[in-house]
Amino acid sequence: MEIIDRKKIPAFNTIDKIEMIHASERRLRNNVPVYAINAGTQDIIKIEFLFSAGMYQQKMPLQATTVNSMLEEGTSTMNAAQIADAVDFYGAFLEVGVEQDNASVILYTLNKHLRSTLPVIEQVIKDAVFPQQELDIHLQNKKQKFLVNNQKVATIARKRFSELVFGEKHPYGIDVKDKDFEIINRSHLVDFYRSHYRSSNCKIILAGKVTEDVYTAIDDLFGGNDWNGDQLAKVGSAPMQTTTDKQQLVFKEDALQSAIRIGKPMFNKTHDDYHPVQVLNTVFGGYFGSRLMSNIREDKGYTYGIGSGLVSLKHGGYFFISTEVGVDVCSKALDEIYIEMERLRETEVGAEELELVRNYMLGTFMRNADGPFALADRFKGILEYGLGYDYFDRYIATVKSISASQLRDLANKYFDKDSMIELVVGKK
Amino acid sequence: MIQYEKFQLENGLKVIVHKDKATPLACINILYNVGARDEDPEQTGFAHLFEHLMFGGSVNIPNYDEPLQMVGGENNAFTTNDITNYYLTLPVSNLETGFWLESDRMLSLAFSEKSLEVQRNVVIEEFKQRYLNQPYGDVWLLLRPMAYKVHSYKWDTIGKEISHIENAKIDDVKNFFKKFYCPNNAIMVVAGNVETSEVKRLAEKWFGPIPKGPDNKRNLQPEPEQTEARSLTVERDVPVDAIYKAYHMCSRYDKEYYAVDLISDILSRGNSSRMHNSLIKEKMLFSDISAYVLGDFDKGLFVISGKLTQGVTMEQADQAIDEELKRMITEPVAADELTKVKNKMEASHVFGEVDILNKATNLAVSELLGDAGMVNQEVEKYLAVTDKQIMEQASIIFRKENCSTLYYKSKK
Repeated sequence: MEIIDRKKIPAFNTIDKIEMIHASERRLRNNVPVYAINAGTQDIIKIEFLFSAGMYQQKMPLQATTVNSMLEEGTSTMNAAQIADAVDFYGAFLEVGVEQDNASVILYTLNKHLRSTLPVIEQVIKDAVFPQQELDIHLQNKKQKFLVNNQKVATIARKRFSELVFGEKHPYGIDVKDKDFEIINRSHLVDFYRSHYRSSNCKIILAGKVTEDVYTAIDDLFGGNDWNGDQLAKVGSAPMQTTTDKQQLVFKEDALQSAIRIGKPMFNKTHDDYHPVQVLNTVFGGYFGSRLMSNIREDKGYTYGIGSGLVSLKHGGYFFISTEVGVDVCSKALDEIYIEMERLRETEVGAEELELVRNYMLGTFMRNADGPFALADRFKGILEYGLGYDYFDRYIATVKSISASQLRDLANKYFDKDSMIELVVGKK
Repeated sequence: MIQYEKFQLENGLKVIVHKDKATPLACINILYNVGARDEDPEQTGFAHLFEHLMFGGSVNIPNYDEPLQMVGGENNAFTTNDITNYYLTLPVSNLETGFWLESDRMLSLAFSEKSLEVQRNVVIEEFKQRYLNQPYGDVWLLLRPMAYKVHSYKWDTIGKEISHIENAKIDDVKNFFKKFYCPNNAIMVVAGNVETSEVKRLAEKWFGPIPKGPDNKRNLQPEPEQTEARSLTVERDVPVDAIYKAYHMCSRYDKEYYAVDLISDILSRGNSSRMHNSLIKEKMLFSDISAYVLGDFDKGLFVISGKLTQGVTMEQADQAIDEELKRMITEPVAADELTKVKNKMEASHVFGEVDILNKATNLAVSELLGDAGMVNQEVEKYLAVTDKQIMEQASIIFRKENCSTLYYKSKK
């Protein structure tokens, strides 16, 4: 038998190059762009219709999400049950979702059933009618979920934190309130739908087995001029208004744990410091071995988990630290968070830790670029910012080359305790 | 179809290799045949606490995570009532690092007092975060002991109570390790762009020298048949009333399992399902309702859980659920409806084969259930289910005296 040394890590390679399949671009007859990642071994396809119809575009709370989730609740020829039956019968999945900057309608289907399932999606996108009865049920049920979620310290903290960063009037900051469920009505939905779910506001992303037949099917149903919709009136959004009251507590008498959010407004992916700060963030709170996890979970046992992140939005961005800790150790946890922040400002990250973070980030990048669906998500992440694939090349170059002193400079530039908003929900 | 090869080391470790050329990554999934059901009733939550301790350093490697991150890898684990499963993914060129790490912690842990102390606290915070400080978070802490009086499924993986975790001693940890964390109690799956010969070489090299452990004959007391309806009413500070109904059903091993799983799909999978259309949309009694099987390896539970619409009473809710269940017993499922849930099941399997980690975990679980090859027979088994089998299972399961009901009321 081979003599083995169990104390020593076996020889390993650092990731040198990451192969990524790039999206190709074509246009439908009506000029709607179709981007495709043709990859994977199964005969399956994901078709994502992406609309600029997110929180940022809505005129009132609940508008974007309600329109999006009501799409499948009725068209002029099919009711909600018929739509669901038609999709489910072929084992397909219809998924809808809204983010800050966009809304999507996604079809997952076996290629062999595409010609049966896509016509249903066509109706849902082009011909939703928002039946009043369905809307009433939807709002009532949504409100119940809203009430349940509002009992969770983590949910309260997440929403309140966005308000503090962007301001209560800014589209990224507005929080849904009880009363909003009474205000929104069918005509608000129809307005938003007509002006946002239309061909010139749509992009299509394909992932999986993308054959010529897939393009033809899509062009047949979505390439015409029958879904131009209403012109979009340009609306100016309220200016961002970050709170000046930097220490906030939302008291919850019966809390066993307090949710902590600390952070500040930052920039988005288009900024030169974005990649460098991603590395800094990873060291600080971006992975299981991060400074925050090592100290606050693995050394002190104050929490089940703690992390930090840099969030990029089309019209801004922010940095945040997030955790839930026992109420009895809340103030100690806060102290430790600031100690870790200070440590990055004062002392350079050691060579071994930095190498570990570089390798970890490259490995994560590789994982996130594996398989057709992951590749499509990566692509979506640059598409909206008008960035090209060189964005990823720059990312890899930064991860490989950034120095410890650059990281310390960045910490001094951005991790200033006085610039941070601190929110506690629970008790401290 | 998931292709695989299988071999076993002399110490009893079973190894399964799945080759997938499409990915630059590899994954190692190690399943230990131990779960919360194997715990001492006075030391519940131990299997899960132990999972945390598996990351607290092994005999030759003081820190598990750091070297893995150093080679671009990532890992996690989960504990259920039946099994404890560990998995990692890394660039395939660094596969050996995974073997080095996993074999050392199978060989022996470091058993550090500090790690035990910290992970006790972490798990207690997890207990609070997921079970106590969440609306409806304690449902399973209430439902399990109601449904099970004898079998060790009567406690949740997190444990019966926080004190069991607080009282865990290092000697308990050692004993647990010796008993369950040995090669003959584990199944390893390696998936990715790998050759079986190379996996064999690495397995012999790193896992071969680990001594075989004791044979664990699991001898759990079976749950006697429930003979009368059970119920419990609690009041909590939640905004909405909820109802939970748990019925005893067959085990994951039984051939009847597939029909029962399809019953849950007919009732509540997707917006075309019966309960969604009837109870949420038509009668507007629930804002949310679902039916599901837990997939337990011993005789398990079929659960229905729903949140009541404002103004609806528990009696109305209960009765409406009963009516839907009665329909399953008395009316054969329409051919189209049965085809629909089968198609959905088939498509889910195809989509599930995109991810190597998912494939690896499924292979490991199937091997534990009897044969890794079962992953490729699952779909056929679902497709073979008949309307008659569905009615038969429904009539066996959906009996009042077979049910435990939890009325979870909003304190207003």
